[in-house]
Amino acid sequence: MAIYSTNEFKAGLKVMLDNDPCAIIDNEFVKPGKGQAFNRVKIRNLKTGRVIERTFKSGESLEGADVVDVEMQYLYNDGEFRHFMVQDTFEQYQADSKIVGDANLWLKDQDFCTITLWNDTPLAVTPANFVELQIIETDPGIRGDTSGGGGKPAKLETGAVVRVPLFVQQDEVIKVDTRTAEYISRVKD
Amino acid sequence: MLNSWQPACSSTQLHQRAQLFQQIRAFFAERQVLEVETPLLGHGSGTDPHLDFFTTTYNAPSTPATLYLQTSPEFAMKRLVAAGSGDIYQLCKAFRNNESGRFHNPEFTLLEWYRVGFNLTMLMDEVDELFAHMFHLQPLNPSQRLRYQDVFYHYTQLDPLHFCYASYCDYASSHKIAEAISLCQHSHSLWLDFIFSHKVQPHLGSHALCMVYDYPACQAALARLNPAEPRCAERVELFINGIELGNGYFELTQANEQRQRFEQDRQYRQTYNLPTLALDERFLAALTAGLPDCSGMAIGLDRVLMVLTNMHCIDDVLAFPVSRA
Repeated sequence: MAIYSTNEFKAGLKVMLDNDPCAIIDNEFVKPGKGQAFNRVKIRNLKTGRVIERTFKSGESLEGADVVDVEMQYLYNDGEFRHFMVQDTFEQYQADSKIVGDANLWLKDQDFCTITLWNDTPLAVTPANFVELQIIETDPGIRGDTSGGGGKPAKLETGAVVRVPLFVQQDEVIKVDTRTAEYISRVKD
Repeated sequence: MLNSWQPACSSTQLHQRAQLFQQIRAFFAERQVLEVETPLLGHGSGTDPHLDFFTTTYNAPSTPATLYLQTSPEFAMKRLVAAGSGDIYQLCKAFRNNESGRFHNPEFTLLEWYRVGFNLTMLMDEVDELFAHMFHLQPLNPSQRLRYQDVFYHYTQLDPLHFCYASYCDYASSHKIAEAISLCQHSHSLWLDFIFSHKVQPHLGSHALCMVYDYPACQAALARLNPAEPRCAERVELFINGIELGNGYFELTQANEQRQRFEQDRQYRQTYNLPTLALDERFLAALTAGLPDCSGMAIGLDRVLMVLTNMHCIDDVLAFPVSRA
């Protein structure tokens, strides 16, 4: 794997730090006029999601991390693992609930999502920004309400619960932003 | 690439810069300080281990020679003072390799001046007047003068003049900079650079000029040591809004001591595999001939413009930062 020096650190670069794959978020050059130059680096641990700050002597280097994002189709859940497939190659990957994390709230069979692979092993699962899911449980709406104000909880087919306007009914399919877990609109067939 | 022929900064910035230069020239003209020019390209350069220089080859008539782009005009200006020039100032470019970032461009503009017979207090008085002059349209809060030891202790409860490795390590561990331990090891000066730049400097000079003086002797650079407190050097640094703007000394005039410091720098460079260079014998000869007691200050004008115009990045005040140069 390539070696990257502090002056090559920029947002998005994937490197190994403390044996974990990490992504650089920000890199600031800090140098007292007459002193040692440092790079103050903001970095996200891709395993834990935690963001930390770490200072390096300018010119130090880190090993690159073999981390890639691959679009895959979600196939099924066998109880222990969820299974995904790369469309072009039919290559399949499996990920346990720890790796799938909150993405499981939005994964519907056949839907596409992004799998982050580290050394060809799934590291994280990111659902599509927008998904369309059916409501399986919600209170009946109050007649005449079309404003979208207020709202009520609605349980979706994947188990996620989102707030929807009062006029949205059970069994309807809605579009949701997975980044904020917010209702966007009804989906007409 | 399509737009990269255009300047990075606005045309307002060009005017601000021109105005700043005019103000500075008027300030020194009124005080009868002479404007001078010294070479950007010289046979020697500073030996400061933390300054990386650009080199080029001069195809001289007899034998080709290595020349250096100056990291500061300091040595040449001191040679003028030693030759009897009296008070002098210069607005010039300086070059430092491997420096780029929000506050750094490898080529930048310096104001540097020397005042014969000034001690550090007199120099700080003049710096105060200069900043009042440069910021007269948007006055700063009252300026502060803080001793390095006091301000360091205030923010860290550590004594910068006494290197206690164990307490420095404890501090690093409990203040989210544990990497300092392996990075700085047993180098007092490196620890001071790390802790000062991360934990002290960001607090200095809230829309005010903050002058930090009496630097620890291990960071004396080209300043003389304080005779009353030899653990301190007569060096001052300037900060506004946590940004380092300038550096000044009650200048070291002893040729022998200067030669020793050069040798120390050279050894450090050898130990850490940094490029070495010949000592600037012309500068040392000037000190031997006699540099009168004087104080000198260098101020980074691009950063002054950043503060004057509230810009976030040095590129915002440069017509053509290195990426467009």
